[in-house]
Amino acid sequence: MSARNRELLALVPVAVLLIAGFTAVFITRSDEIGDLSLIYGGYFFALCLVAHLFLRFRLPHADPYLFPLCALLAAIGLVVIYRIKDDLAFDQASVFVLGLVLFCLTIVLLSDYNVLERYRYLIATAGILLLLGPFITRNQVNGAYLSVDIGPISFQPAELAKICIVIFLASYLAEKREMLSVAARRIAGLTIPPLKHFGPLLVVWGAAMLMLVFIRDLGSSLMFFGAFLALLYVATGRLSYVLIGLAMFAIGSLVLGNNISHVHDRFEIWLDPFAGNAPEGAGQIQQSLFAQADGGLFGQGLGESLLKLPGPFAPDCQQPFPECGSILPTPHTDFIYAVITMELGLFGACAVILIYALIAARGFKTAVMAPDGFSKLLAAGLTAIFALQAFVIIGGVTKVIPLTGVTLPFVSFGGSSIVANMILLALLLLVSDRARRPPPEPSQPGPTDLERAPA
Amino acid sequence: MNKPIVRIYVLVVLLLATPVYFTSKWAVFDAEELEGKSANRRPLIEEQQIPRGSITTIDGALIAESLPEGGGRNPVYVRGYPEGSLFGNPVGYSFVDVGRTGIESAENDLLVGEDNEFASIIDQLRDEQPAGADITLTIDSEAQRIATQGLQSAISVPGTGAALVAIEPATGAVRTMASIPGFDPNAVQSDNTFKQLQSDESAPLLNRPTQSTYPPGSTMKVVTAAAALDSGEFEPSTVLNADSPKQISGIELQNSGGQSFGDIDMTTALTNSVNTYWAQVGEQLGPETMVTYMKRFGFYSDPELDYPGDQMAPSGVYNSDGDLVEEGFDVGRVAIGQGGAEGQLLATATQMAEVAAAVGNGGTLMEPTFLQQAKDPDGRTIEELGDGDEQDQVISEESATQLTEMMTNVTREGTASGLSVGGVEFAGKTGTAEIDLEGTNQPWFIAFAPSQDPQIAVAATIERCQGCFGGEVAGPIATDVVESLLSG
Repeated sequence: MSARNRELLALVPVAVLLIAGFTAVFITRSDEIGDLSLIYGGYFFALCLVAHLFLRFRLPHADPYLFPLCALLAAIGLVVIYRIKDDLAFDQASVFVLGLVLFCLTIVLLSDYNVLERYRYLIATAGILLLLGPFITRNQVNGAYLSVDIGPISFQPAELAKICIVIFLASYLAEKREMLSVAARRIAGLTIPPLKHFGPLLVVWGAAMLMLVFIRDLGSSLMFFGAFLALLYVATGRLSYVLIGLAMFAIGSLVLGNNISHVHDRFEIWLDPFAGNAPEGAGQIQQSLFAQADGGLFGQGLGESLLKLPGPFAPDCQQPFPECGSILPTPHTDFIYAVITMELGLFGACAVILIYALIAARGFKTAVMAPDGFSKLLAAGLTAIFALQAFVIIGGVTKVIPLTGVTLPFVSFGGSSIVANMILLALLLLVSDRARRPPPEPSQPGPTDLERAPA
Repeated sequence: MNKPIVRIYVLVVLLLATPVYFTSKWAVFDAEELEGKSANRRPLIEEQQIPRGSITTIDGALIAESLPEGGGRNPVYVRGYPEGSLFGNPVGYSFVDVGRTGIESAENDLLVGEDNEFASIIDQLRDEQPAGADITLTIDSEAQRIATQGLQSAISVPGTGAALVAIEPATGAVRTMASIPGFDPNAVQSDNTFKQLQSDESAPLLNRPTQSTYPPGSTMKVVTAAAALDSGEFEPSTVLNADSPKQISGIELQNSGGQSFGDIDMTTALTNSVNTYWAQVGEQLGPETMVTYMKRFGFYSDPELDYPGDQMAPSGVYNSDGDLVEEGFDVGRVAIGQGGAEGQLLATATQMAEVAAAVGNGGTLMEPTFLQQAKDPDGRTIEELGDGDEQDQVISEESATQLTEMMTNVTREGTASGLSVGGVEFAGKTGTAEIDLEGTNQPWFIAFAPSQDPQIAVAATIERCQGCFGGEVAGPIATDVVESLLSG
């Protein structure tokens, strides 16, 4: 079966799952099964078909599983968001349409994605500006600088910045990898590259630390720095760089963590969210754990668990649910994983994690198959930062690491996240298509595909 | 470049596996601990979304109901108490912000429908909203009203209280439990009034019948008599010299009014509540025998009542540190319901009602209970008061019969001769414990009626009553309640 047919086939169960999910929410809401869920499912499938047909024409050889896996995440996200509040799901669905447009545009405009290498410093500058945007506009939410408000739209520039940074690092390292790995000196068993080449890497470390200072968000800097180390390792194959980098990051974040009160508080809360003197904000992670505790093995069922505070418990709200009046804060963005655990149980939550692991597998496979250094680094970097983002937020919600506010890719509610991840997916598919394209047969005007098939 | 990519993939998988481990910790392994955290309001809120069962008295008065509040798709149910302060004690209250007390707490599992695992699974399968069981109490609302009004009118010193308990001897069913001062459980909802109630010096939230211990005075002589008869060391006709004063534990003990009775038998000694006689009985029995019989009556531990443990106090001999002691006390004075520096006898009204009930039930003490019946939302009876549960055979039937006759004599011609219960013969014992030398007393009355076929046992007491005597103050209230219960 051809790659595209496999992709088409894989999209069918995704649409069925979406219909089932919406139906489940309907039943708990109104005790009746309308055909509305079928209509939603139909729309969703139609959208997926559009993307699929587009891929069939533009990138026929691209990995067949990446898109269905992401669609699966999107379906889960839509169902859960619909369960939280139906209006939000419609907003989210419209964002997906926009995302799809940008997805297609990316594939058309960057069909030769090597052009990116030419603009790498421009892209890097754009990425850094994007990251600093919330700080420049002094838009602080929960102590961190993570979003920019443009009119009514709140935009999370880190989402786009992550792609810019990965593109820059991939292109920079693709060029410098020889020097970084070959012209190295060994000091006390550690391989140290010449400062001249190592300098820019120190700059990246410094940038990550600055990010911690400026945007005050440990999770985002962990995500960026982690992707950087992954790329450095892929480029040079030297574990010592990674270890030095990790040590530097650990030391830097410890020192800064103790001095930036917001980061320090997050740390304290992480160590013991139930401590009597836990800083303000400990309630968030407490509620997250309580919600998960309500989930058990199989969850309470979609729409069956306690999320919206009933009448007398609901505070006086200026904002609509779920910004206010939810027992679990921001259930549709940061804590959507806790909602999934609560309603779909440990099994449902593990399924979501498994999907991320599968996407990572396909992404890294693309990197392995990619023909040139830049492509390899680009695919590996995008995959790494995607998986790291999932880890940072799931890990934060489950208290593996201190909580930070990043979105769960393709699942969380949020325009910037969806759009950015659609572009990321488009880039991965671009690399994948080139990697898997069968080598052209240069000589003799050969027979057509059909005629060749029986052989 | 491929090897590092594969390694990074392995690392990513390991990284993603850590939340799997943590999620299983929170969702499964540590779930119970998390659900028990005080910061976790989920169980409370979820419980409020279930309509709590109603509480009614045996004669049909609605004490507690669940009223939907907030409306819409998911209302919560808030407790309402139509009878107000009449049943504040012992029923208590149940509100999310302040918690639960009393019967609301003791019968919580029934009221929220958690008692029946199987039924709740069936409900889940049928997708029915779970609901709690409606319970009927053994309490009679009319008798409760009479008791409350009677005790209220007996209060002479502001800030003091009173208690009355009536029990069906054969089953242990608590038919009346009144505590003065009372409180309106509806008022507990509001934070302000709750704080006021908590800091009120007259302690209205205290369920005095189970929580407050007082010197039982001469009502204790029933216990002493039970021990004397049942141990075989005494007979109703045993004669002792009952002159006043007598040296008891080296200190002079007076009879009431300093009266000397000469040589009298036990029946006469109970009829006239002769302190010197009973103190000698106590000394002859010794602390060990006394404590043995007290324990059989239920002293030295919380009553076996379906009531929260933190709202019950054990009766017994307390030393000055507030600890129960079983030896080394002035047994002669304990035998007449007082005590000395080494140990003071203190008892709850519930305990003294159990004493009367045990004697009235042929020497068998039944476990006291409030629960007449519990019905699930479908109308199935899931629990019902049957013949009651036996707690202990305290004394032999023969001793009980002898003691009944002696106690009946108290109401015929003794300290309680001024009292009547609708013309039937009944058994009783007065008590008046001196609290200070200015005439502040703790009056008591315990009784069961009718003597021949006891249907109701009762104990009533009033705190720090100025110049009060058991037969005059506590007695009439108790007999009114008994009369009402007998006619009802």
